[in-house]
Amino acid sequence: MPEIRSAAKIEHLERLIDFVAGHAEMAGFGVNRINEIELAAEEVLVNIFQYAYPGTDGDVVIDCRIEDHVRLILEIWDNGEPFNILDVPDPDVTADISDREIGGLGVFFVKEMVDEARYRRTGNSNILTLVFNNQQSRGRQC
Amino acid sequence: MKITNTGKQKDCLLITVEGRMDAVTTPEFEQTLGGWIDEGEIRFIVDFAGLDYISSAGLRGILTSVKRLKAMGGRIVLTALRGTVKEVFEISGFSTIIPIYESVEAALQEM
Repeated sequence: MPEIRSAAKIEHLERLIDFVAGHAEMAGFGVNRINEIELAAEEVLVNIFQYAYPGTDGDVVIDCRIEDHVRLILEIWDNGEPFNILDVPDPDVTADISDREIGGLGVFFVKEMVDEARYRRTGNSNILTLVFNNQQSRGRQC
Repeated sequence: MKITNTGKQKDCLLITVEGRMDAVTTPEFEQTLGGWIDEGEIRFIVDFAGLDYISSAGLRGILTSVKRLKAMGGRIVLTALRGTVKEVFEISGFSTIIPIYESVEAALQEM
């Protein structure tokens, strides 16, 4: 399974996103679907960069595989404190401009873009599995 | 990401943003826009026709600027969103809190 490992730092975002996008492209995903996959991956990664390793350094690992030429599966690993990003409550996307908060919006995008998302804690690792079909049926799947 | 000042019309600064607004590039958007605000500009038409990608970090940068300008009696309107950028604005509800027009010309008529 193709894998990329990196220090969990914002300066590596582009390299990690390029890795994911490259596999989606090789699998024949369309430009818009690749952008959606990049969006979900960025939101998860930025969350790890910001919160997984408070006061210390750590790594992030992405495993990427293609199933049946129509499904991209990402497994994103970190060794931070146990944290299930999927538990973050949805933001109020109808709030007026003065009440608008961005917190939670990134996770909301992840949930909107995936066809399936699963979290598990194994040993010292948080492992988030994101499944993207080539053609997403719009609407929440998780 | 590339930000270009393409001139001034009807007291609005016209700006194009091309490429990607993500967690890495958005601070540059905020700084550049902030610089123009410091110079006294408070009305902006931001053309996203060349914007390929935006994440929540990009939305945060826009919201910060919109709120700052609102407090000064200014405003930002956006034009020509497409593809995933348009989708992100729609599902986040941002398309209902920030004025969006089909084109710069359409925006200018309303300013």
